[in-house]
Amino acid sequence: MASTPNLAASFDPATSPDLVKRAELSEIDASTKAPALFFLGSAVLWLLVGTTFALISSFKLHTPSFLGDIEWLTFGRARTAHLNAVIYGWSVNAAFAVSFWLMARLSRSVLRHSGLLMIAGAFWNIGVTVGITGILAGDSTSIEWLEMPFYATPLLFVAYALIGAWALITFRFGKSEHIYVSQWYLLAALFWFPWLYSIAQIMLILEPTRGTVQALVNWWFAHNVLGLWFTPIGLAAVYYFLPKVLGKPIHSYYLSILGFWSLALFYNWAGVHHLIGGPVPAWVISAGIAASFMMAIPVIVTGINHHMTMVGSFGALKYSPTLRFIVFGAVSYTITSLLGSLMADRQVSEVVHFTHFTVAHAHQGMYAFFTMVMFGSIYYILPRILLKEWPSAMLISLHFWTVAIGITVYVVGLSIGGIKQGLEMNNADIPFLRVVANTIPYLLSRSMAGMLMTIGHLAFAVNFTWMLLRPRASQDTAPTLFQNPPAMEVSR
Amino acid sequence: MNRAPLIFLGIFFTLAFSWTGIILTNQLTYGKLQPIVDETENKSYPEALPGLAAQGKLVYQDLGCIYCHSQQVRRPGFGADDKRGWGDRQSVGRDYIREGRVLLGTMRTGPDLRNIGARQTSRDWHMLHLYDPQITSKGSTMAPYAFLFETRKIVGQPSPKAIKLPAPHTAAAGFEIVPTPRAEALVAYLQSLKDTYAYPETKNVFVEPAAAAKKTEGKK
Repeated sequence: MASTPNLAASFDPATSPDLVKRAELSEIDASTKAPALFFLGSAVLWLLVGTTFALISSFKLHTPSFLGDIEWLTFGRARTAHLNAVIYGWSVNAAFAVSFWLMARLSRSVLRHSGLLMIAGAFWNIGVTVGITGILAGDSTSIEWLEMPFYATPLLFVAYALIGAWALITFRFGKSEHIYVSQWYLLAALFWFPWLYSIAQIMLILEPTRGTVQALVNWWFAHNVLGLWFTPIGLAAVYYFLPKVLGKPIHSYYLSILGFWSLALFYNWAGVHHLIGGPVPAWVISAGIAASFMMAIPVIVTGINHHMTMVGSFGALKYSPTLRFIVFGAVSYTITSLLGSLMADRQVSEVVHFTHFTVAHAHQGMYAFFTMVMFGSIYYILPRILLKEWPSAMLISLHFWTVAIGITVYVVGLSIGGIKQGLEMNNADIPFLRVVANTIPYLLSRSMAGMLMTIGHLAFAVNFTWMLLRPRASQDTAPTLFQNPPAMEVSR
Repeated sequence: MNRAPLIFLGIFFTLAFSWTGIILTNQLTYGKLQPIVDETENKSYPEALPGLAAQGKLVYQDLGCIYCHSQQVRRPGFGADDKRGWGDRQSVGRDYIREGRVLLGTMRTGPDLRNIGARQTSRDWHMLHLYDPQITSKGSTMAPYAFLFETRKIVGQPSPKAIKLPAPHTAAAGFEIVPTPRAEALVAYLQSLKDTYAYPETKNVFVEPAAAAKKTEGKK
């Protein structure tokens, strides 16, 4: 691994004098255009759908009479439609687009058979639409994270098989001799997800296991979807864009290897901490708690690697939208993961387990980390495949501040409310309805935060559509930044 | 220097490790847990759900009740499940072996329902509570399920199934509010939820709520 310390830099057109490579990259980018646009467009649509269901469910939790007579929108269904729309609609579509764009670039391989990807994308989105309609119509399986009815899943399987096969082909035909750490994460994620998903489908829906073994399968799956699918893809993006935008290599190559393997080893045991105190064998829970604590290693190692790369370059946050979203995501990853380890502690779990604290934590992971990283990635990728610039820096700024403040209020408010709820619930002297009443102010703060985030999503969607529709302008010679740096060479 | 096969092997074995440990091992050790046959009663426990209750469970699943209600009682001293009267004993693995879909749940926006059938035995209470939770539990944030009921014009004798609504909620004169078959099924399911049988393994962990309180006092 002689040349490893400069791995990231060696691919970087901004720091490389090699114009041939730059031409090659734009050829690769151009080849990803159609499928990337398809997946990103779908992702943005699902984001808006998911946000709508999010607001409906959030209002219902403090004002249950809101839309109370509509069976299709009863809380249990609207909330589930929200989860599936933002996970399988928004997050997975965005993850696919970012993954194959990164994979093509890092493998230095032109995207072949993009028709295959388009078919996969069509299958996936039809599958998600059918699944969510099924949930709203009352066909939910009521298995957390696997609510889509059985008739939607074959469509998702076909889509996934095509995408997985495609990614392996691209990697296989790649010209790059090195395997950059982002590619490790992507390959692992693309391999882990179908395994998790098919085991869960088989052992929970086709041939359900007996008794609470189901709960173990359920949380092995659901937690690993976060840890072994979204997390690796999010980290792959951070590992790529952070050095890319800053124009300097990642802090330490060896730390990134340690971070990868310790994540692979520990994360997949951690999911059973969702069953602390439940009717499953105590040893599995203990193992899950131990694994959750061990997760501090990959998190701290990855955190050091990311944040040390940033040190000395904080000034760039003033200019680059991509960097601002990615850094917000990377910092959130560190915080949310360390909190997650803490939540696996038996004493902490006794209080926060069945409360809104968990909901706040889930949103900190999926939104403050993953979604923010995806936003940042999209701000970088889209101009390069469309050869146009973002029409409005003001809208990007609005997007950033509304969602950044929104998710912070969301997580802080609901976390405090959740701890309070847990402490009160564990004190049998406080009547249950009192506990419920005391959560309402925090649920209201969540709705306010949600409305703020909705404004951000709308700003993002408007900017996205505007960019697609407007003709290529002659002034598109420099990227859209929050403000133009006095003398910073801008990498394109 | 192609290290892809090595990386791939690592990726494979890490997940295989937890799959073997969490799923396979537990499937082998208690995945075939059997009901207990009580010879004095000539019955086996846990009992299968009666037909109507089994249909009601599907309604419970389709409405997404699991997102606010857990179905698992934690041991005395860990949380306040026992003191809140959510169950006389901790839930154990055997309680769930007759269930095609296990609905443990991870959220308690509302109370645990594992023993709701033992706690609220009245059909009328369940019907009113589903129709509008504010009638029975003022201040609750539970969704109203009035769409599981029909407002019908009274023709001849009023239906014996019609629900008896208190003052401000009563139906217009000449009309009655009757539960649909789905509401009947759901209530049958809720009434069936009770883990009252003491298995050999629960006898060890069974603690009278009062005794448990004393015990924790003693520890302090």
